[in-house]
Amino acid sequence: SKISVVHCFYFRGGAELLFDGVKKHQVTLPSQPEPWDIRNLLKWIKENLLKERPELFMQGESVRPGILVLINEADWELMGELDYKLQDQDNVLFISTLHGG
Amino acid sequence: MCDAEDDGSGYGEDTEQPRRRRAPGDRHPRTCMKCGQGTAALVIRVGDPFCRSCFREYFVHKFRAMLGKNRVIFPGEKVLLAVSGGAASSAMIRQVQEGLSREAAKRLRFVPSLVYVEEGAVRRQSPEQREQTLAQMETLLQATGFPYHLIHLEEALELPPSILQPGLERTSTSSPAGPSYKEAVDSFIQQQRQDGDSGTSLPAHSSQDRPAGPSATPRLPDAAQTQELLRSFEAAGTATAREELLEMLRTHLIVQTARDKGYAKVMMGHSLTRVAVKLLTNLSLGRGAFLAVDTGFTDQRHGDVMVVRPMRDYTAKEIAFYNRFFSVPTVTVPPLFTKRREKPSIHQLVERFLVGLQEEFPSTISTVYRTGEKLSPEPAKASSESECCLFCLCRLDIDGEEELALRPTLIYDEPAAGVESKAAYIPLLCYSCRLTFKELGPLDTLPPYVRAEGQRRIRRAEMEQHQENQQELKGLGTAGDISPSQCGTAGTGATPQG
Repeated sequence: SKISVVHCFYFRGGAELLFDGVKKHQVTLPSQPEPWDIRNLLKWIKENLLKERPELFMQGESVRPGILVLINEADWELMGELDYKLQDQDNVLFISTLHGG
Repeated sequence: MCDAEDDGSGYGEDTEQPRRRRAPGDRHPRTCMKCGQGTAALVIRVGDPFCRSCFREYFVHKFRAMLGKNRVIFPGEKVLLAVSGGAASSAMIRQVQEGLSREAAKRLRFVPSLVYVEEGAVRRQSPEQREQTLAQMETLLQATGFPYHLIHLEEALELPPSILQPGLERTSTSSPAGPSYKEAVDSFIQQQRQDGDSGTSLPAHSSQDRPAGPSATPRLPDAAQTQELLRSFEAAGTATAREELLEMLRTHLIVQTARDKGYAKVMMGHSLTRVAVKLLTNLSLGRGAFLAVDTGFTDQRHGDVMVVRPMRDYTAKEIAFYNRFFSVPTVTVPPLFTKRREKPSIHQLVERFLVGLQEEFPSTISTVYRTGEKLSPEPAKASSESECCLFCLCRLDIDGEEELALRPTLIYDEPAAGVESKAAYIPLLCYSCRLTFKELGPLDTLPPYVRAEGQRRIRRAEMEQHQENQQELKGLGTAGDISPSQCGTAGTGATPQG
């Protein structure tokens, strides 16, 4: 079963260049045996969307400190963070609170 | 910082998930802890889930409590809000709007205006991008209905030298001779009752604070000015010095605007996160003595204009969520430019450090912040002009002996007699501003107002030294009779103010 996920990146000062300046991505994730959780979504984003400087977005398997994650407009801390299992039509929003300079 | 209240699941397992500090989602009830009913939308502080409406209440209340607790904004007072388009200052505008619109008893009572400093020149924006940013900001500012001022960083080249001198504190509000805060509020309320409370009864705004009309396009400064400004920034040898320079010019522009337009108060949108970063950064920069004025709620170094930081109790996360939930408009700009292969600034390193530490130790930033709250602003206060630092207006914190020790390492350029030397400025600067100054370019790349004021103080000190020598030669009294701590107006040529 396919999952269609909308994710948006809201970054300060130039970091949206990480994603070719595109702020909103509507994506259909391919079905795979592993569940689509945030952890795997991040891996997928890193491999498919991040054009440069991955360390500005990710650290290890999670997002870089200072980047907030909202799943369907709610704090991901309420949803299990990396372990949250994505549902079809979920909205994932990344907000950077860093100054970058 | 190793919090006992943490469940400990993150600490032992270094190998798998070193950064997770709590177990998966089933540990968090999804109900708001405040009202017990609403669905939680975010987690505040360490593990407190709040629903949207309780969060909104919490957020709005915090602003009014901050102002109420500190009692420095008097009713009817004109306050200048410094906005950057960023998350915190935009949230600040919204809080002011919220506060002014409340029902009469609880309403905030001051008269706000806005100021925006356009910094596109040093953020590597093309003229088109700068125009675009300005247009977006103007839309944002106009929508508030408050009077606003748009200024360019290039205007720092035209600042008067007097901006580097603390102005005389106004007697109307904060001096003992004026009414106390409570008296002022009471008489304001009485006055309102007599006038018949007419909703938002703000005094008429002067038309010059607004642009000519909605179609007026802000113009950029001419290229020569931009070039000159860039020269100062490009001559800076380190990213740290460049950041400090930017902050200095911006603050001086804002304070000068306040002075020109008659505002006694300026509100800056520094968040708790930003304040904590600033605290550790400034510590690293040698500004330990001045942490309280640099990061505290009030900053009175400019004398007649007081800077307040009403957002300093809000974390970056709270602000980001608030702006998202309640559609607070913001305008993003690129960061200050850096040179290729340049090491990051201390500001960036500290931010990275603190924010990173916060992930595993969620009380990090608030701990730093609360430690800062305990500091006293007294050490920063300069009792006279000759005691205040040329750049930051805090007290000169170096005595003669240390100065001698520093001198040999600081003198790079020793030009011929009669030409200005950087070394002559050293005695005018506090410890950390000397370090910054060392990393800025040659004197001719400094903004004119800094050089003018620097030269004036050097000449005055030389004259005083000369007088001292004369007196000693004549054997008339000790050096204490001609005290260098007299304010600079003692007959050596009155300083033009403003």
